[in-house]
Amino acid sequence: MGDVILNIIGLSKSYAGIKALDDVRLTLKKGEVHALMGENGAGKSTFMKILVGLVKPDSGEIVLEGNRLEKSDVNAILKKGISMIHQEILIVPELTVAQNIFLGREKEITGSRTGWLNDQNIVARATSLLQEMGVDILADVKMKYLSVAQMQMVEIAKAISNDARVIIMDEPTSAISDKEVATLFRIIRELKNKGVAIIYISHKMDEIFEIADTITVLRDGKYIATKNASELDNASLIAMMVGREIDKMFPEPVAEKGKAVLSVKNLSKKGKFSDISFEVRAGEILGISGLMGAGRTEIAQAIYGLALADSGTVEINGQEVFIKSARDAVNAGIGYVSEDRKGLGFIPELSVKHNVTLASLPEHRRGIFISDESEDKAVNKIIADLKIKTSGVGQKVTHLSGGNQQKVVIAKVLLSSPKVIILDEPTRGVDVGAKFEIYKLIHNLTAQGIAVIMISSELPEILGMSDRIMVLSKGRQTAMLTRKEATQELVMKYSVQ
Amino acid sequence: MENRLATKFRSVGQYGIFLAFAIICLGLALSTPKFFTLSNLMIIGTQVSINALLAFGVTFVIITGGIDLSLGSMVAVTGVLAATFAHPDTYPVIVPVFAGLAGGLILGAFNGMVITKSKVPPFIVTLGTMTIGRGLALILSKGRPISNLSDAFNFIGGGNMFGIPFPIIILILAFAGCSVILNKTILGRYMYAVGGNEPAARASGIRVNHVKMWVYTICGLLSAMGGILLTSRITTGQPNAGAGFELDAIAAAIIGGTSTSGGTGTMTGTLIGALLIGVISNSLDLLNVTSYYQQVVMGAIIIGAVVLDSMGKEKSV
Repeated sequence: MGDVILNIIGLSKSYAGIKALDDVRLTLKKGEVHALMGENGAGKSTFMKILVGLVKPDSGEIVLEGNRLEKSDVNAILKKGISMIHQEILIVPELTVAQNIFLGREKEITGSRTGWLNDQNIVARATSLLQEMGVDILADVKMKYLSVAQMQMVEIAKAISNDARVIIMDEPTSAISDKEVATLFRIIRELKNKGVAIIYISHKMDEIFEIADTITVLRDGKYIATKNASELDNASLIAMMVGREIDKMFPEPVAEKGKAVLSVKNLSKKGKFSDISFEVRAGEILGISGLMGAGRTEIAQAIYGLALADSGTVEINGQEVFIKSARDAVNAGIGYVSEDRKGLGFIPELSVKHNVTLASLPEHRRGIFISDESEDKAVNKIIADLKIKTSGVGQKVTHLSGGNQQKVVIAKVLLSSPKVIILDEPTRGVDVGAKFEIYKLIHNLTAQGIAVIMISSELPEILGMSDRIMVLSKGRQTAMLTRKEATQELVMKYSVQ
Repeated sequence: MENRLATKFRSVGQYGIFLAFAIICLGLALSTPKFFTLSNLMIIGTQVSINALLAFGVTFVIITGGIDLSLGSMVAVTGVLAATFAHPDTYPVIVPVFAGLAGGLILGAFNGMVITKSKVPPFIVTLGTMTIGRGLALILSKGRPISNLSDAFNFIGGGNMFGIPFPIIILILAFAGCSVILNKTILGRYMYAVGGNEPAARASGIRVNHVKMWVYTICGLLSAMGGILLTSRITTGQPNAGAGFELDAIAAAIIGGTSTSGGTGTMTGTLIGALLIGVISNSLDLLNVTSYYQQVVMGAIIIGAVVLDSMGKEKSV
């Protein structure tokens, strides 16, 4: 690591009198991977938005290579060498990879003065750029045919072509597989060697310790500390982030196990999964583990009627049920909390109240009307039970934090009184404090005798929460482990079998 | 922290239309004494009623994320249908009314069925129905206006009750009915859910296709009410009536804050939108502005309303 490339001092920003950022500082050196950590609402995103020129700070200064950046807009900052890889990738799907990489810079790249495009030229340049990065992506295919991980690589290529010396990565691994993470990390290390500095935002602890040199923690908009990654471990980092020790991340399972609630027999869907059989008992948590593409979500969606299986049976309390749609599943007593919270979980423009009762509205019907009284009663109770933090039941869900959005979706499913609930990546994109609350919530469900299926990519979560663990690999069921026998190594072994 | 700011801006966006309407009315009242007379207000109410009925219908549709371009043609078909049974000394007045409503119901349900079964975008399906409807109106009437309608039928669009023009009474009842459907029933809640995020609505166990069927059918019924009202008012069943009405109705909904991307909108907003359009064309009449200019003004208002609305939204991000 070399000289200081970026120095940020005394950065503050208020919205309507409330401080989103309060005197935040950060020093970034050449060739450094600097992780920025903090719970949701800690001020990370405001900080990043200021850095790339999307938001103007109230006070503070940003010094890039000795020059103070003043009143810079997005384009000027890009030209000065700060690029951002957004969490939700910003691309034009109908344009090619090359066209996306050089979008907005066609004239300077091709040297054309007339405005005529020279696609051959930019394809050649994009190809050599991608080859240099060592990624196998064709420069002349349309962006829409790429996987999320490949799109991310294209974004990084774009940053490199912009001669970026500081690259900000916002949750770059939230939607890519483990193998793709390895490729990403290889590229990050190469960038490091070339002296590029990286600000890395992620909730995933193991990643942070693998890739980051330095860690800065923000909490409630305030700067807490900057430490070398080697000085910290999981527990001390979490303590810095939440401001208190979470001594036991996973509460001990307490619920009594009852009879089998859900029994799945020989469930198969061509090209997705085959011959899946398992049962979940009342009060039990069944963890489902496996790599990307193992068929976890597909099985859940088949049981819930979102994407039907080709063959196999599903029984609830020993009675076979025929599920052709999500509505059938809800009626049969199955609840599903999707991994795709934004896509399948909630209606962003509807209020918390209206989202929460969406799956159980007929219960509040009086004649042709919805009874406000009955609805409010149910909503207030579940909001209190789940400790959902809102400014009121009328608040739109889109304005809640990730953790609270997830609780709204869980509340919706709970109000439809499920006997079995499938939680697909229940803590994805949720900060540490809220994760702990969701774990406690899951235990409360089991205490009420609900059978829980939990799908998760995070091994510690699976091991810490599950009574039994079903491991999948390429659509096949490779193991069913008890809580006692399961270890990280064993689960991984069966995942790649 | 950002939330409070966001709410602030949104509420300005929400009430902006009311504010604009109030300011325009005040300005008109001050600039022309004729505006704020009872008789002029009755005229405005009567003129607005048909467009408002259609606008209520299309508001439902737009909230679910759809669109209905066949409103104008449905007005013509249902008007002609009603007129066919409305000659003096033939049937009681209830028959032409039901004939018209049945026509609207069938065409609306047809829209809903094709849209839900075929997955063809509503824009295209209703564009087709628009042409089909126009053709049906010409077939049913053999291309000629149907006149000589009974007095009872002509009362619907031309009569008074308690000194209030009958169309205004229909308008008020329809507004109340539509508001109740949208705000107080499960169907109304599901409309917002379907328009706000269709996959999530389906995953919540909502029968999305049922909701859509209802919405297009209700829209057809409201168009039929508009068609009957129009036929009665002009005392003729005109196969060419209602051309372009769909655009005025959509404009009213949009001015009233209904987002074309679905998931948001209110009946009150749409009512104000329709009234705003009515008030402006009325006042431009009073101020002797030619109809050519009126169209330019109206277009500018539509764009202006949406620009203001989207500015409010952007700030809240």
